[in-house]
Amino acid sequence: MRLRRLTPWTFLAPALIGIVVFFGYPLLSAVYFSFTKFDLLTVPEWVGLANYRRMGEDPYLLQSIRNTLWMVAVLVPLRIVGAIGLSLLLTQLRRGAGFFRTIFYLPALAPPVAATIAFVYLLKPGTGPVNAFLARLGIEGPLWFNSPDWSKPSLVLLGLWGIGDLMIIFLAAVLGVPASLYEAAALDGANAWHRFRYVTLPTIQPVILFATVTGVIYTLQYFDQAAVAGSIASGQAVTGGGISSSFGFPEGSTFTYPLWLYTVGFRYNALGYANAMAVALFVVALAVTVILLRRAKAFSGEEQ
Amino acid sequence: MTALLERAAPAAPPTVRQVRRQHRLAWIARHSIAIALAVMFLTPVVYLFLLSVMTSDQALTSDYWPNSWHFENYVRVFEVTPLPHYLLNTVIYAGSATALMLLSSVPAAYALAKLKFRGRNAVFLTVICVMMLPPQVVTVPLYLMWARYGLTGSLAPLIIPMLFGDAFCIFLLRQFLLTIPTDYLDAARVDGCGEWRTLLRVVLPMARPGIAAAGLFQFFYAWNDYYGPLLYTSENESSWTLSLGLASFHGVHHVDWNLVTAATVLAMAPIVVVFFFAQKAFVQGVTLTGVKG
Repeated sequence: MRLRRLTPWTFLAPALIGIVVFFGYPLLSAVYFSFTKFDLLTVPEWVGLANYRRMGEDPYLLQSIRNTLWMVAVLVPLRIVGAIGLSLLLTQLRRGAGFFRTIFYLPALAPPVAATIAFVYLLKPGTGPVNAFLARLGIEGPLWFNSPDWSKPSLVLLGLWGIGDLMIIFLAAVLGVPASLYEAAALDGANAWHRFRYVTLPTIQPVILFATVTGVIYTLQYFDQAAVAGSIASGQAVTGGGISSSFGFPEGSTFTYPLWLYTVGFRYNALGYANAMAVALFVVALAVTVILLRRAKAFSGEEQ
Repeated sequence: MTALLERAAPAAPPTVRQVRRQHRLAWIARHSIAIALAVMFLTPVVYLFLLSVMTSDQALTSDYWPNSWHFENYVRVFEVTPLPHYLLNTVIYAGSATALMLLSSVPAAYALAKLKFRGRNAVFLTVICVMMLPPQVVTVPLYLMWARYGLTGSLAPLIIPMLFGDAFCIFLLRQFLLTIPTDYLDAARVDGCGEWRTLLRVVLPMARPGIAAAGLFQFFYAWNDYYGPLLYTSENESSWTLSLGLASFHGVHHVDWNLVTAATVLAMAPIVVVFFFAQKAFVQGVTLTGVKG
């Protein structure tokens, strides 16, 4: 009988060991290291709050925070609105819905590095087809990834291209709205907008919350596309061999918080300072996660 | 009720023909929007492909249609770059990470979904937290840990942890296992099956779609991963994966856009092939990650 009680823990043992070794222990280390100064060759030396004070005076850090907040504020809502729009469109199509669903979904699977390269080429200021198309319409296209003002909007376009996973989630949610609710609304004389506003939207609201929270978390870790876009657009990238000096190109406008953290830690070898940045990121991400845990029922761990 | 019906009645009821015409116009409008969007979604990949079959001279111009088709670029890219080597590393990383992850995550997900024990909610909440937190938070201490064992410069730091489960896949598998009726498990238990035998004989066959979805996610994640290989293998080119190699191609072959794009198309192709074989499992998996009220 006692063995029986231990069974669940034998099932969980590998995962629990993994959580302790690859998450709990490094998390505590990060907190400790954040109060020290060291690089790959020296021993950690206690410096108290110096690393946290340094965060307030680091202009690149402030820029990376602004860049990341910009991405959160623009990319997350646009992706959600776009995904809801696409899923509504798909439910309205009588013919070819499966075909269009596949087309809209596939880019989400493209390797981020490959997708970023595609977009840098597509948006090349001189020879790219997008600016060529705009020129034909009499519009002078922007410099896209080569302009500090347009590099983040270019990344947003890239993010919208990969909207498919979110679209599938919203598609399931929209299809799950009970038909009886629409019938009741139709009896009430509701037009299409009213049906969306008063039936669809309230029903899929938990999914919107879920998408917002996971979207914010995802954007807080935004790294691959920003790193590759900066490197490739600068034209002198050797991103593989070591840390690219062209990260953040142009003019630091693509330095996201994690990208700056990585550069500080592994290019400038300021490992203590990088850990202070990591702890700050942890606090923010945890706060966002708590919002989800408190609101979403599916996460509460209760069986239906 | 009468009030409702009155409100529903329009001022002047449209004729049948008007309604039909409106419907047809709406049908055309919706499909036109869908087609326009589909063209926009396809353009990047089509353009990439067209660029990849041009001569290197033409690829540098603003042409978008090849003067002559050079499919041999796809052979050349194998000759002038270590692409086969990157491909092999990527297959090793993605394949072993997926196999190990399933081995360790399925039992954990089963315990969280179907076994009752004290502390289950606490464990599940921990899994969620691990899943949600950015990997960059623990990057430096983990890197130092692997450096101490001399494993940086290889893909081992990305594969070994999979022996101990992946939080996202545990979550996904749990969501799937919740949909399996407990009656089947009870029947097996009444027949004298222990929990391990119940899992192997009853749950595994029924959970195949969920396992396929989790396996595909892990495989695609590893295949596409850039951050992990950059962190651990950037100083040792013999361990580079496709993503890492691809990102550095442009630096080495910056005038051979046709080759860079050919390599990019090659990196996307396997993903598309796998998707078409496993589309159903995939869409179901994505749906499971969403939250039902």
